[in-house]
Parts: sequence; structure tokens; C-alpha cells
Amino acid sequence: MPADTELMPEMQYATLAQQGETAQFGMWVFLTQETIFFGALIFTYFLYRTTYPHEFAAAAKDAVLWCGTLNFVILVTSSLTMVLAINAAAQDVRPNRMVRWLIMTVVLGCLFLVVKGYEYYLDFQDKVVPVVAFEVKPGEGSAGVLFWVFYWVATGLHAIHLTIGIGLVLYMLLWRIRRGEISPAYYAPLEVVGIYWSFVDTVWLFLYPCIYLVGRS
Amino acid sequence: MSTTTFGGVPADEPTAATEPSYLTSENTIASWLFTRDHKRIALLFFASVTFFFFVGGAAATLMRLNLAAPEGLLQPAVYNRMFTMHGIIMVWFFLIPSIPTTFGNFFIPMMIGARDLAFPRVNLLSWYVFNLSGLVVLFSLIMGGADTGWTFYVPLSTVYANGYVLAAALAVFINGFSSIMTALNFVVTIHKMRAPGMTWMRLPLFVWGIYAVSVVMLTATPVLAMDTFLLAVERFIGIGLFDVRHGADAILWQHMFWFYSHPAVYIMILPSMGVASEIIPVYARRPIFGYAGMTIALMSIAILSFFVWAHHMFVAGISIYSGVFFSLMTFFVAVPSAIKVFNWTVSLHKGRISFDAPMLYALGFVLLFTLGGVTGLMLATLAVDVDLHGTYFVIAHFHYIMVGATVSAFFGALHYWWPKMTGRLYPEMWARSAAILMYVGFNLTFFPQFVLGYLGMPRRSYTYPPEWQSWNLLSSAGASILAIAYLLPLLYLGWSIFWGRKAGPNPWRASGLEWATPSPPPKHNFEETPVVALGPYSYDPENDTFIDQEGVLHAR
Amino acid sequence: MYHWIPFWPDTAAVNGVVVNNLYIAELALSGLIMVTVVAMMVTFCVRYRDGASTSRANLVRETWHFEIAWTIATLGLFLVLFVWGAQIYVWLYQPPPADEEVYIVGKQWMWKVEHAGGQREIDALHVPVDKTIRLVMASEDVIHSFFVPAFRIKHDVVPGTLETLWFKANKTGTFRLECTQYCGLQHATMQGEIVVMTGPDYARWLTSQGVEESLAQQGADLFRAHGCSGCHGENSTVHAPSLSGLYGTQVHLQDGSVRLADEAYLRDCILNPRSFTVAGYPPIMPDFSGQLDEGDMLKLIAYIKSLGGGQESRR
Repeated sequence: MPADTELMPEMQYATLAQQGETAQFGMWVFLTQETIFFGALIFTYFLYRTTYPHEFAAAAKDAVLWCGTLNFVILVTSSLTMVLAINAAAQDVRPNRMVRWLIMTVVLGCLFLVVKGYEYYLDFQDKVVPVVAFEVKPGEGSAGVLFWVFYWVATGLHAIHLTIGIGLVLYMLLWRIRRGEISPAYYAPLEVVGIYWSFVDTVWLFLYPCIYLVGRS
Repeated sequence: MSTTTFGGVPADEPTAATEPSYLTSENTIASWLFTRDHKRIALLFFASVTFFFFVGGAAATLMRLNLAAPEGLLQPAVYNRMFTMHGIIMVWFFLIPSIPTTFGNFFIPMMIGARDLAFPRVNLLSWYVFNLSGLVVLFSLIMGGADTGWTFYVPLSTVYANGYVLAAALAVFINGFSSIMTALNFVVTIHKMRAPGMTWMRLPLFVWGIYAVSVVMLTATPVLAMDTFLLAVERFIGIGLFDVRHGADAILWQHMFWFYSHPAVYIMILPSMGVASEIIPVYARRPIFGYAGMTIALMSIAILSFFVWAHHMFVAGISIYSGVFFSLMTFFVAVPSAIKVFNWTVSLHKGRISFDAPMLYALGFVLLFTLGGVTGLMLATLAVDVDLHGTYFVIAHFHYIMVGATVSAFFGALHYWWPKMTGRLYPEMWARSAAILMYVGFNLTFFPQFVLGYLGMPRRSYTYPPEWQSWNLLSSAGASILAIAYLLPLLYLGWSIFWGRKAGPNPWRASGLEWATPSPPPKHNFEETPVVALGPYSYDPENDTFIDQEGVLHAR
Repeated sequence: MYHWIPFWPDTAAVNGVVVNNLYIAELALSGLIMVTVVAMMVTFCVRYRDGASTSRANLVRETWHFEIAWTIATLGLFLVLFVWGAQIYVWLYQPPPADEEVYIVGKQWMWKVEHAGGQREIDALHVPVDKTIRLVMASEDVIHSFFVPAFRIKHDVVPGTLETLWFKANKTGTFRLECTQYCGLQHATMQGEIVVMTGPDYARWLTSQGVEESLAQQGADLFRAHGCSGCHGENSTVHAPSLSGLYGTQVHLQDGSVRLADEAYLRDCILNPRSFTVAGYPPIMPDFSGQLDEGDMLKLIAYIKSLGGGQESRR
């Protein structure tokens, strides 16, 4: 859908370029803050892991490695499709290639959530849900449950962030791109979403070894 | 209709503006609730923070009434919830947002020559999120309140407390998003939207103050978000990462909490320092002493504030070597604050000083901040802190800074920028009287608390041994005076909106870009983007002239 | 020495005497700084008020010299205060060899005190004058804080671990004990008395308490009752570390770290043995979390200490 009217920057910006740069800078600043948010959680995790290495290793035996690894692959691939979409936005006048890659990204994101959901179901079966369905496993002692509290909080928060990411991509597809607002002349909003998506991927990069690779070396 | 003038404010006739002001350009409720105008959002925030100031103040009133006699007035459980809610509401719903969301929102774009902030919709969202968190905290308060102290120490808050801790923690969690959005907007705006010629070293110190506070907010608040989230989870499900029964460390909560909350206290003071640096040159008619040093001091305080958190924990069970490290860092962070006090004081030298209400508040700020600061030195000193920690001495110390200094600066800013925001002058006589009354009431309320502290009265106590009654009574009496001093501005400022003398664009003859617009300003601030030629505060006391930031010379 | 200062609180321990000097110095310094700032401000406000005819020529433009000078002066002064305070703090928290040990359990909302000889008190602590007393403190529930204003000593009492504090009272009398960490509903009334008595009076008080077993003896009973002697006793066939002579020595743990066998270590071992397995021993000690309250823990620890050990623990 070609843009009939030329896109104007918002009133407080002198040029579209300034608007785009500022939007990206804003997303980087936001993500710095998000890094600290997850960082605080991961710091706590490491504090307890170094204090109770045996208990954590025992507890982590029940982490479903194939789900975690599959999700790792899914998310990294989705980051690739996102980059390919942005590439298409920068190069193509017609949005078709960009739209295809973005749909792929949404599909992969949803696939992650499906796998995660199935993994949660398995976790219930394994009785590693604190308070709700929990059994102390051998060697875990009283500190093993701390691993699982971390697991549910971290993966839950990550899933929420991923869902927001999927929402943002859908917003791009159904709103901005449909109205022809993304073109090689101005595609900063898509870049901003792309940066966010990469962040969600990166968080999983850190959560994966914390959850799935404990005591498996 | 006031015709008296103090401080020689000229009777300017406002020139006919070419466009309607931001106040009158649209007048529907929707145009206010869905506005993207930073000036309107500033007023929306002003309404919210003022509301919470009085809610927190009501809690304080009940507390001081209770403490007037050992027999007290309130049930112990009620008192305990009162002091907790007082702390939570004052910290997160008044002190942290106050200056940034009101004067920061209103004046940062104007001071840098921009038409709005970088992300106006994010700004509006920040207000809605703030109010959402406000509703949650009010829910907690109305249902009886949390009873853990604003510090939520575990395991009291996770396991043993009976009040509405989950709601209070959630309120703080949500409030954090509002802080982060506001701070993000300021950092990006100041980096990316300065007018041509407005280099970093030509920025007014208020802008530097807001920049410094925004950097601290962005770095510290996410840690608080994680803390309160984990606390809420643990409270909700009964088990969590602070659970001593499962080998978690009770002191971990303190580390994580204070890692945010110490920078938080600097979040509360940095904007006020910016305000004082803004006001003093105007009413002393001379440049601030040591502009570059002041910017370095602001940024040093911001950075060093992250390295001192465990000075709240000297007796908590940290290793003594930790204690030594944190005491050293605390003394380091006190140095730039001391520099600022010297610079403010010497900024009076060879000036032409007038004592309008904003100046009275600014001078009061400097003195109260200094007293709070020297008592802070005592608390930074390890051996002395062992005695004073957890007593009324600490309460007096932080109220001198947060109430004495920050609230003084808030009122100073309010009076200073009132003509610009509303287009009206307030009645000067009333304003000066309120300022002096506040100063007297404040000292009477909080100075006796230093004595109570070193006599050994613990904080967070609903009662005390009878021999300490006279000090407590003195403090409560002072609080009644302070309450009047806080209510007076509501009255006369409110009056001035309808009947105050109309203000011209620059009643104080100040040099900043915000004074180059009509009062109140039009919706888009500037007709044309200003081109900046000079730094701020180019006042010449010898010839009694000043040059504004676009380079135009003015007589006083 | 400082009793001539109005409202100056009592000082009744050597700890307090040392702190007082620093305290007064800082109060004086604060006063000096305030007076200077006020004087400068008032002088400038009067001399340079609008309308005054004083010359405003030659405004200081080169401000760096002043700023560097007062930055260095301030930093120097602060470092003096820091070092002075830090020295006293380190001394305050490194207990010297103690003449007596007392075990304190803080719980909502009272202080339970147990002397080594088994004498028990609630909200009161009787001690002899001029003797170094070492307190070992535990909390049964939330964080409390043990504060004696007249001695200028304070330490938080934290659940999940043990804290120590020491003092040496230098005059007899009764002194207030406060809790200074908000601990719930009746925090404000969680007070007590430290009763300092002369040596003979104290000895008389101890014997008049009607006690059958000392703390260590009660600990020995618990040791047998909970089966600890099955592995750690003299006739055990299980390969478990010997406890006699353990207290105060350095212990090499399974993970390579070395810990001092102080009260906190002993407590950790009993409650979370898996993470503190001694090097060379199988990880088979059952954990007793949930089976022993803080009072019982202190008795067991007193017993283990009575089996002989090295020097007093140092933090």
C-alpha cells in the first residue's frame, strides 16, 4: 500500500530523521532499565546458587531440557526473521517481503509460548510448582525450592515480555504497515520493535543456562 | 485585587498573545484528560501529588497527635499502619514525583527551547499509571494499611505482618513504571531536543538536576521493581526468595531494597538542588558561583549514590569490612553536597539580594539542607551510627533533608514559576509569611527529634517512657504550625488564580528561555525555535543588567 | 565526663566512653559548620541587599581556586572523621576475650535471656560491673535490634543466623534496653533493663535463681535426645567429625572453602548440613530445620562450646 501523503514528523521534532533517532535512543534507554530489572533477579539467583550448589543441582534435574533448548532455537530464529523483516523494510518499496518475515516472527513467538505452556504442564506433573504442587526431591533439602521460585518468576516475566513483543509486532502489521507508514524513507518504528524483540531473545540467552544447564557439565 | 508589590515587580501589562495560552486553547475535560501537552500534564501531576501530599500529611498529623503524650491517641495497630502509609505515600507519591513531574514536565522543554518532550504520549501514560498505583495504595490505606514500615523488612513483611502488605507492595511496583517513563522521557529529551546553540554547558542547573535525577531513576527503579515484585509473590504464595525457613538470607532484602532506596533519597533531593540553583541567581542578580563545579557535583552525587547503600545496614549483620567500605563511600558522596552548599552561599556575595518568597524558600532550603547534611555526617560515622541507628535522630536527619530541604524547594519552585504557569502573581506578603512560618514550624517539629534520638528513643514507636514527653510535645506543637504553613499556600495561591494581578512574561527579570514566552505560555511554547547564544544566569550585579540566553541585553 | 552537657545521656560502659569523644567532636563540628554558613549567609544578605550601596565591582569569575580548596579541605576533614569512626567500629565489633557469655533470644515482643549457668530472665539482663560480657543473640521470628543507649551499643538480631555483641559496664545501676528495629505490633514496648551489679551482688543473684542445669548441660540433654550423639558421640561407629575442641578452629569444607567454627557456623551445620559438609566426610548428616527452636539451638551450641575449643570467635 503506497503512502499517498508524505509522513510528517510530530510537532516537537524538526525532521523525521530526528524523530526516528530519538525513538531508537528511547528504546535503548528503556532496555537498559529492563536489563537491570532482570539483572537483579539473576543476581539473586547466582547468590543462592553459589551458597547452595548441591541443592540447586538436585532441584534443576527436573528442568525439561528439550523444551528449553527447543525454545532457545525458536527464539534465536525469530530474531533472525525480525532482522530480515527490517532489512526488507529498508530495501523494498512494497511491504510483502517485510510482512512475510513479520508473520514468521509472530508464529515463532507464539510457538515459544506453546512449548512453554506444555513445559509448564510437565512441571505440574513433576511436582515442581512451589506451594501448589511441590514435592521435595532427594538432595534438594529446604533450599531447592528457591530454584523453582526463581524458575517460575523468571520464565513468567519473560513470557509476559514476549507476549508484549508479539503484540507490538501485530500492532506494526495490522496498524502501521497497513496504513503505509513504514517504508524505506521511514521505518524507525519497526527498528524500535526489532530492538525490543532482540532484548527478549537475549534475556532467554541468560535464563537458559541458569535453568537448564545447572549441574549438567 | 492586590496592588501591593514587594521586591519591585514591575506592573507589566501583558502584551496581546498571538495564540491562546495552553490553559485556554481547548476547554473540554477530554482535552485535559487526553492531552499531550507537557504543560497540561504537569498540572495534572501537580493535582495528583498535592492530593497525596495531604493524605500523607494527614497520616503525619495523626502520628504527631498520638505522640503528644505517652498514653497516645491511636490503637498501636493503627499507629503502626499510619507510619507505614505515611512513609510509602510521602516517598513514592509525593517526594519522588513532585518536582520532576510538575516543574520538570512543565519547564524542561521550555528551558531547552523545545516544543514538547520527546514522547508526549508516554508522558500522559505516566500520569495514568501513577494514578493507578495511587488507587492501589489508597485501597491498601482504606482497608487498614500495611504495617511493616515503608522499608518492608523481611521476614516481618512476608510472614508476620497482618496488614495489606501485598497491595502496598503492588502499589509501589506499579508506581515504579510511572517513574521510569518520566525519567526516560527526560533523558531522551535532554539528549536529543535541545535548541541550536544550547550546549550541555549552557543548560540551566535545573535541567542538569532533572537529568541527574532521571539517570538515577532509570538505574535504580528497576531494582525496586524486582524487589517489590518478589515481595508480592512471596506474600501471595507464602514462599519466596527471601524466605529464611528455606535458607534465604533475611539481609538480602535489605541489600536489594537499599540498593534502590539509597539512590531514591538522592532522587528526592537532586531536583531540589536544581531548583535552588535556579532561584538564587535570579534574586541575587548575579551568576551562580561555580556553574561547572555545580554540574560536576550533581553528576557525582548521582553516580556515588549507588555505592553507599549499606550505610543503612551498619548494625544489620554485614561484615565490619563492608561497613568500613560503605562509610568511606558515604563520606565521599557528602563532599559534592558540601561543595554545593558553599557555592550557594557564596552565590550571594556581591549580589543585589531581594527577599521574595521564592528566595526565602531557597535560602531556607540551603540552611535546612546543611543541618540535615551535618547530621548525615554523624550517621556516616560508623561508631556514632551504632548508637544513632534506628532512633529518632535518623528520623530528624532525613526529615530535615526530605521535608526541610525538598519541600522548601518545591514551594520555592511553585512560587517562582507560578506567574509563568498561571499568568498571575500571588500576594507577596502572604507568601513571605507562609515561608517564614514554615521554617519556624519545621524546626520546632524536627529539632527536638535529634535530642530524642541521642537520648535513645527508637523510631516507629507508638508510645515512649514519660520522661521523654516534653520533647515529643514540642515536636507535635511544631507540627501544628507546620500544617498551617502548608495549608496557607493552598488558600492564597488558589485566590490568586482568580483575583491575582496579571503577570507579564518576565516578572522576576530572569534570564532563562522559559521567561521569553508569554505568561501563561502558548500551547507550542515557542513561535520559532530559539537560537541560544549564552549560558544561563548572565546577571551583572555591578550594572544591574542581564543578558538572556538568546543574547539580548536587558536592564533590570 | 560529659555530664555537664544539657540532656547528654548517661554513659555506663567503656564502649560508650570511647564513642563519646567522637560524638562530641562531631556535634561541635556540626555546630561550627552551621554557624559559619549562617554567618556568611546573613552577612551577605545584609551587606549585599538590594538597595545597599556596597560596591558590586570585581565579581569573582575564576571560581576554581576556591572550589578546589574547599573540596580538598572538606574531603580531608571527612576522612579524619571516617578513620576515627571506623577504628572504633572495628573495635566495637571484635569481641575481646570475654569473662561471661550470655545468650539472648529476641522474639515478638520480649527479650529472653539465658546465662551460661542456666539462669533465665525475661526483659532483663543482670551483669557484673567491670567484666567483659559477650552476648550471643538469636531471633525466633523477625528482625529485632538489641540497643542499650547508655552503653552506645547496638546490633540487629536476625532470624536464620546468630549475632554477637560485647560490652564492659563501668558503673552499676539500671539502664534501658530498647528494640530499635520495627518488629510488629508491640515493638514500642519491647524494652528491658540491663542491671549492672557489683561482683559479689551478681554472684549472689546467680545462685538465688534456683537453677538445676547449666545451659551446656541442657544442651547435652538435647544432644542425646535428638540423636546427635549417635554419630558425633565418642563411641559412635559412624564417620562424623569430632566435636570436642572444634569451637574456634578453622574447618575445611567439602567445596574447598574454609570457615571459622563460631556460633553461626555451628548453627548452619545443624540446619543445613548438606551445604557445609566437612571435607573428607560423607554428606549424610540429617538436617534439623524445623525441629529445633532458637533457644534449643543456643543450648546445643553452648554444649558444643563446652567440649573445649580454641580462642574466642572473631568476626
